[in-house]
Amino acid sequence: MDRPKGSVLVVGGGISGVQAALDLADSGFFVHLVEKSSAIGGSMSQLDKTFPTNDCSACILSPKLVEAGRHLNINLLTLSEVLDIQGGPGHMKVRIRKNPRYVDTEKCIACGTCAEKCPKKVPNEFDLGLGTRKAIYLRYPQAVPLKYAIDPEACIYLNKPGRCGFCKKVCPSGAINFDDRPEEMTLEVGSVILALGFRPYDPSALDFTGYKNFKNVVTSMEFERLLSPSGPCMGHMERPSDKSEPQRIAWLQCVGSRDINRACHGYCSSVCCMYAIKQAVIAKEHSKSGNLQSSIFFMDMRTHGKGFEAYYDRAREEGIRFKRARVHTVLPAKDDNLVLRYSNEAGELIDEEFDLVVLSVGLETDPEVIRLCHDLDIELDQDNFVATSPFSPVATSKPGIFVCGAISEPKDIPQSVMEASAAACGAGGMLHEARWTQTKKKEFPPERNVYSEPPRIGVFVCSCGINIASVVDVNEVTEYARKLPGVVFAQNNLFTCSQDTINQMAETIKKERLNRVVVASCTPRTHEPLFQETLREAGINKFLFEMANIRDQDSWVHQKWPEKATEKAKDLVRMAVAKVRGDEPLPYNHVPVTKKALVIGAGVAGMVSALSLAEQGFPVCLVERKEILGGHARKFYRTWHGRVMKEYLEELIKRVESNPNIDLELGTTIEDVSGSVGRFKTTLSNGKNVEHGVAIVAVGAESFKPRSGPWNYLYGKNPNVHTLLELDQRFIKDDEGLKGLKQAAFIHCVGSRVPERPYCSRVCCTHAIDQALKLKELNPDMDIFMLYRDIRTYGKREHLYQEAREKGIVFIRYDLEHLPEVWDDDGKIVIEVEDQIIGKRVRLHPELLVLASAVRPRDDVGELSKLFKCAMTEEGFLLEAHMKLRPVDFATDGVYLAGLCHYPKPVEETIAQAQAAASRAAMVLSRDSVPAESITAEVNPMKCTGCAVCTKVCAYHAVVMDGKTGKAVVDTGMCKGCGACVAACRSDAITLKNLGNEQIMAAVEAAMESW
Amino acid sequence: MEKAMGENWEPKIIAFLCNWCSYAGADLAGVSRYQYPPSIRIVRVPCSGRVSPNLILDALRSGADGVLVSGCHPGDCHYISGNLYARRRFALLERFLEFIGIEPGRVNFSWVSASEGEQFAEVVQEVTERVRKLGPAKKLVKEITICPR
Repeated sequence: MDRPKGSVLVVGGGISGVQAALDLADSGFFVHLVEKSSAIGGSMSQLDKTFPTNDCSACILSPKLVEAGRHLNINLLTLSEVLDIQGGPGHMKVRIRKNPRYVDTEKCIACGTCAEKCPKKVPNEFDLGLGTRKAIYLRYPQAVPLKYAIDPEACIYLNKPGRCGFCKKVCPSGAINFDDRPEEMTLEVGSVILALGFRPYDPSALDFTGYKNFKNVVTSMEFERLLSPSGPCMGHMERPSDKSEPQRIAWLQCVGSRDINRACHGYCSSVCCMYAIKQAVIAKEHSKSGNLQSSIFFMDMRTHGKGFEAYYDRAREEGIRFKRARVHTVLPAKDDNLVLRYSNEAGELIDEEFDLVVLSVGLETDPEVIRLCHDLDIELDQDNFVATSPFSPVATSKPGIFVCGAISEPKDIPQSVMEASAAACGAGGMLHEARWTQTKKKEFPPERNVYSEPPRIGVFVCSCGINIASVVDVNEVTEYARKLPGVVFAQNNLFTCSQDTINQMAETIKKERLNRVVVASCTPRTHEPLFQETLREAGINKFLFEMANIRDQDSWVHQKWPEKATEKAKDLVRMAVAKVRGDEPLPYNHVPVTKKALVIGAGVAGMVSALSLAEQGFPVCLVERKEILGGHARKFYRTWHGRVMKEYLEELIKRVESNPNIDLELGTTIEDVSGSVGRFKTTLSNGKNVEHGVAIVAVGAESFKPRSGPWNYLYGKNPNVHTLLELDQRFIKDDEGLKGLKQAAFIHCVGSRVPERPYCSRVCCTHAIDQALKLKELNPDMDIFMLYRDIRTYGKREHLYQEAREKGIVFIRYDLEHLPEVWDDDGKIVIEVEDQIIGKRVRLHPELLVLASAVRPRDDVGELSKLFKCAMTEEGFLLEAHMKLRPVDFATDGVYLAGLCHYPKPVEETIAQAQAAASRAAMVLSRDSVPAESITAEVNPMKCTGCAVCTKVCAYHAVVMDGKTGKAVVDTGMCKGCGACVAACRSDAITLKNLGNEQIMAAVEAAMESW
Repeated sequence: MEKAMGENWEPKIIAFLCNWCSYAGADLAGVSRYQYPPSIRIVRVPCSGRVSPNLILDALRSGADGVLVSGCHPGDCHYISGNLYARRRFALLERFLEFIGIEPGRVNFSWVSASEGEQFAEVVQEVTERVRKLGPAKKLVKEITICPR
């Protein structure tokens, strides 16, 4: 068969689609990224903050979007949709329709003059209709691409040609094109990833919520926009009816989730508990009065993710009220307030008044996505999410088509990002022979050596149409620049970033023999890479460049003071010239890559990672401390989907053992690690040395065995008390004794969510309920009691909980103040627990007691994390580089993690994370060398006193003490150029290249010169 | 320029902004057209953790009436923990400055995120007013140059 195509189609430009596209484009594949709206960013761009770190959503998302937008190997197709996909793995033909934008993206400079003049206002869908936008609009301020689009339904001209057309008249760059028409195109790709996300549930049909009838009932997504500083009320938190700040807010959980009655959504939406807590916490921060009362009405609090339970605890300490009740009616009250009617646990009817009600709406699949899946013949599950199997969590029923994110189940951002990388691993892995066949590479001419030359600085002052020129006297600034020391050329341009000016700039650099360049225009955050590339095209080092931000930070913010703005522009140009004078050419650092991976731990996670890499042709050294493969999965009976683990595991082991690219090192541990990404050297306990470019840590975790202490419950004392995995082993052995049991009981949260182990172990609720159902299969007459605190059967697992209730399994809730009491009565187990609903103590006599005990981190993880310079959480799990957006990377480049050592998780999530780790590792292994930071720290050994403060402040462990000289040395392969060490150095011995004290001071002093 | 406090005296403030959050916040203030006084000159640094006391003192020594250091909110630092070092360093420097007779309020520290354009404009407004009340800084300026304008 022909070699497969080396390109992939990613559908959906939300965080998961963008992540998948970036992973693929950085590991040798060309990506077409299709997005329906006018900008990528998806639902995440609409969020204000993200849990559990309260990170600003836009801040952490924007750099990824910008990277995707600029990537040479990502073809961004906005306003586009997939019509049809034909063919199979390796060879697929995709028909795409690109809808007209009516704005030429090559010409649009996003100045906003068009929107200012546009007379047509319509509700802004980005703010869910809470605010308005014009008919010509930017989806949001940080949109990628940062280009306006015309809404054809709202535009006056497009509906009645001849009328209006103001935007075309005022556009300074002639970007408006009313003749734009839809285009159809066919792309040939090797595989496809669908990352189409979700849509928030529309509660209009749930009349009891009062949504749409009462102004002050909003959905959680709407509230997110009310909190956002870029939202309709600029983050001032105003309620819709009267713009006043609410003092009492209620969140109603499970609106459109866990509701088979009205909403027809039996599943749990997984994220709503956490986002409601986050919103309550953030709302409190926003509240000017400081007395905001936040109440969350919930059924089970599902804070089952990493760091979530601690967040919940903190919220309670901060005074957020959590009320276990399902509100059945929202009634209007005076002043547009609302009364919630609910019954408390004692069964009394309560009326409580609030100023604002937030409906924590669930996630559902967009009907358009359902239609597309039908057209593509992709199987959906009962809830209309894409059906996947626990053992291949990102593959669809259609070979060659993968999914990631909320399209397959409601899930949070880290899980979506993890799956995005996993899908990239699947979609790219099958095309590995075609790696680098369709990608583009930029070639530059050799660079001129400018060391011996005196500075010859060129200054380009941009008018940005009228954006700068209408406020700042650009001619005066240009004339002024010409006289500055070192400047040999100065010029004013209408649009410095336009293609013809860029070409001309390259010519000028060559003709005038410029060796330093300053562009005075917009912000370096968006335009520096473009101009730096121009320098390289003209044959000079790209670091001989500075920008003066005279638009975003001058003409736009001082519109009323044109003279002062002009003075400021001169100052900014003078500062940039002073700085660039000292700039030196810097190397484009690269680290050569040893094309081999080290995978530590041969449980399911480690084996899946190793296989995913080995099957793409990369050699892997798989190290396992035990003599056998399989890890914990050997003790595990079946997944909650009912799939037996043993069959999968045996097959997986066979594939690992027979793969020629995998070296197995059994009964072996890691002794020592040195080096960094691309060039690690590891010594194993058997004396062997392994050279490898990347490492994946998948060392697993342990199950907590309560042999003594408060959570003992007769464990180890009565033979009929088991942990979950011990009962699983009886299932595996087909233990006949289980069939005759009359009564069984499970105690949840044994050693989880307790002071000494405050996190939730995530897997135990589902595991215990599945086991209870298995016992019911064995003996339908068995009485089963579940003693729980909150049932956390998140996502589709909720169906299992429903089934358990239908089958008569009894759930009794307890809390830390009312723990169940267990004692041995002459060999028989007796449990007494207070049933909080009937308010009486219940006595049980189970013949089998199962403890859903915690998953705890392994004690030796600390040693390993030190060797790889990785951080750990307080609980002892390994800590990823970023909880939200880098869930499988460590802060140390080239080291990844997967499985239980990261956090407790079920098999399907472990496999997804293992595939994700392989995808991230392949990004390094697929290259001959990896780029390293150019602006790095540098030690002057003459000044260094060897105090080692720099080694302590460096978050990347890039500075170490040289054992021989006693001086600090910087590993430029690891340095990120933050400058923390420079600021910390007591003897001024460390400097940051091109950002040394002298250079920053030169800019500061230049600022003061004539000011 | 004459170091005198006239009717329309505008303080001169140097702002060290981290590239990833506060500088982006300053850009957003522009994109959203929030107006603030032309009293600051922004110096872009990779991280607020890069700003050593040296740089702050140098700014005052070269004639700035005030200094603003602004970084990412705690937990948002692009370089993991640089903003926390900046915060700690600032807490110490603040006491040192007071000790050498620099009035509190000349040197300011803030967290501004990339989505807080309006907040950035507010911070500049506040810092400008605070420094305006204090009047021109003279403590560290040895020579007062008078340049005709």
